[in-house]
Amino acid sequence: MQEFFHSVTLDRDKCMGCINCIKRCPTEAIRVRNKKAYIIKERCIDCGECIRVCPHHAKRATCDNLDIIGRYEYAIALPAPSFMAQFNNLEDVDIVLNALLDFGFHEVFEVAKAAEIVSAATRALMKEGNLPKPVISSACPAVTRLIRVRFPGLIDHILPLNAPIEVAARMAKKAAVEKTGLPMEKIGAIFISPCPAKVTATKMPLGTEKSWVDGVIAVSEIYPKLVSVMKETAAKPMQPLSEAGKIGLSWGSSSGECSGILNDNYLAADGIENVIRVLEDLEDEKFRDVDFIELNACSGGCVGGVLNVENPYVAKTKLYRIRKHLPVSLNRLDSPEEAREDLMWDTPLEFVPVLKLDEDMWTAMEKMEKVEEICQSLEGLDCGSCGAPSCRALAEDVVRGLASVDDCIFRYKDSIHVLLNDLHRLERAVPAPFRTGEPEEPAKKEEKTDDTH
Amino acid sequence: MNTLKWTYEVDGSDFTRAGEASSNVKKKLRALGVSPDVIRKVSIALYEGEINMVIHADGGKIDVEMTPEKIDMVLADTGKGIPDIEQAMQEGWSTAPDEVRSLGFGAGMGLPNMKKYSDEMRIESTVGVGTTVYMTVYIQ
Repeated sequence: MQEFFHSVTLDRDKCMGCINCIKRCPTEAIRVRNKKAYIIKERCIDCGECIRVCPHHAKRATCDNLDIIGRYEYAIALPAPSFMAQFNNLEDVDIVLNALLDFGFHEVFEVAKAAEIVSAATRALMKEGNLPKPVISSACPAVTRLIRVRFPGLIDHILPLNAPIEVAARMAKKAAVEKTGLPMEKIGAIFISPCPAKVTATKMPLGTEKSWVDGVIAVSEIYPKLVSVMKETAAKPMQPLSEAGKIGLSWGSSSGECSGILNDNYLAADGIENVIRVLEDLEDEKFRDVDFIELNACSGGCVGGVLNVENPYVAKTKLYRIRKHLPVSLNRLDSPEEAREDLMWDTPLEFVPVLKLDEDMWTAMEKMEKVEEICQSLEGLDCGSCGAPSCRALAEDVVRGLASVDDCIFRYKDSIHVLLNDLHRLERAVPAPFRTGEPEEPAKKEEKTDDTH
Repeated sequence: MNTLKWTYEVDGSDFTRAGEASSNVKKKLRALGVSPDVIRKVSIALYEGEINMVIHADGGKIDVEMTPEKIDMVLADTGKGIPDIEQAMQEGWSTAPDEVRSLGFGAGMGLPNMKKYSDEMRIESTVGVGTTVYMTVYIQ
């Protein structure tokens, strides 16, 4: 099994040990131990829900800081489509792209452009008809990771194409080598990202051995600084840089990728809980007549990413406004073979069964019997006070040897009650030599008044 | 210990809850490390059975028994019964009322799918008394 890298990490000083994050995590990957949250790294899919919900801002995404731009002789900015939706009254994407050059990047390559190429490749693959239907989008790395640990039956349905960011990095760097004559390692492709899952996807890619993305800057990091540069940029003549149309920009919000399929027979779901519901139903073959499924872990799609600055729904409206006068698409595949090496996955996705109780099914069955026994003995309030998200999760942790039943606050209270009763009984039971009053027949052994715990 | 047993009551009055038993069983099989293919067969067969119990029998009871070799499912209801089992097994045959069809159910694929996804299936039914469906999926 490959090592798990995670972008989502904990700031121990800020964590209060509350239970907000453990209740929200879609893979039950967080526990509270010694008043601090702890992330079970095999389970985490970097969706960012815990970052969103933490009232103390103790969960954060590990990204690169702006210094990374200076580390390369030729730095290429790869702005996400949703990035264009962060600005007020933006009339032209070129203002942002030119401002990125003024900011210090040597070149910009829109992820939206790569997205249009991925859309074209998706159409070509679906036309070939060799993919099991419905085809599930591979663009959201949190969703791909969720399927990998929880929906093994659906792995075959995932579109075996690199996400637009990966395709953008490859195309941009190859072109830059030709243009500048510099060796590949002096060229840096730096993604401006709305979400932590994309950071993970560049450090620990799925579907390919190594990502071509060299750095990831959070939208929230670059935004305030770029805005001040933009004022000057807008005042002078600008180069026409944008090479993406409606379809490319649409990828920034939910159902945008679907619009690029040019087929109405699709389904788009966003928000991790909705995504899980769709995947559950899909696993049970409840949709039989859908060709393509787009799933985004964040509500609203990438505009809902936790590293963005604008409200997701406001951003969505802005995105519609910007793309309104653009042509449908500015990119296509001249020959499918030509682009294949940048586009197709070269390593297949494998099921990682992190949720199973034991390697051996027989042992797993015994463990499950214990889990159920423990569940019966718990209150079933799923209060989270034990540090696990539900009574069942605690029971599983106990069986896995990671927790104790006494972590349950109600069980603990019961134990104290039993102890108090024992103390009370002992207090009354004065040994015979010390009793006062008339001697009596040797007393029978006193019956226990409560159960033995 | 060589058998795990789970029992579910299927509420016949609430359509939106049909599928709870199958998704619960699915979760458990996943935790046990049962192969994805077996999980899929069990959950589809059970789901179709649950829907049938809700549409035709006002609910019922599901017993699931698992050993390392196989998963046995018994779906018992006290509904109106099936007069002609052979006919009911035909794809497309349905006696579901219109209001159920308008929800996208009642396409006459329930029993055929249960047969398709289980390795063994047997139906016992008496008109006016109820129906019991026995399904088995082998793990190895």
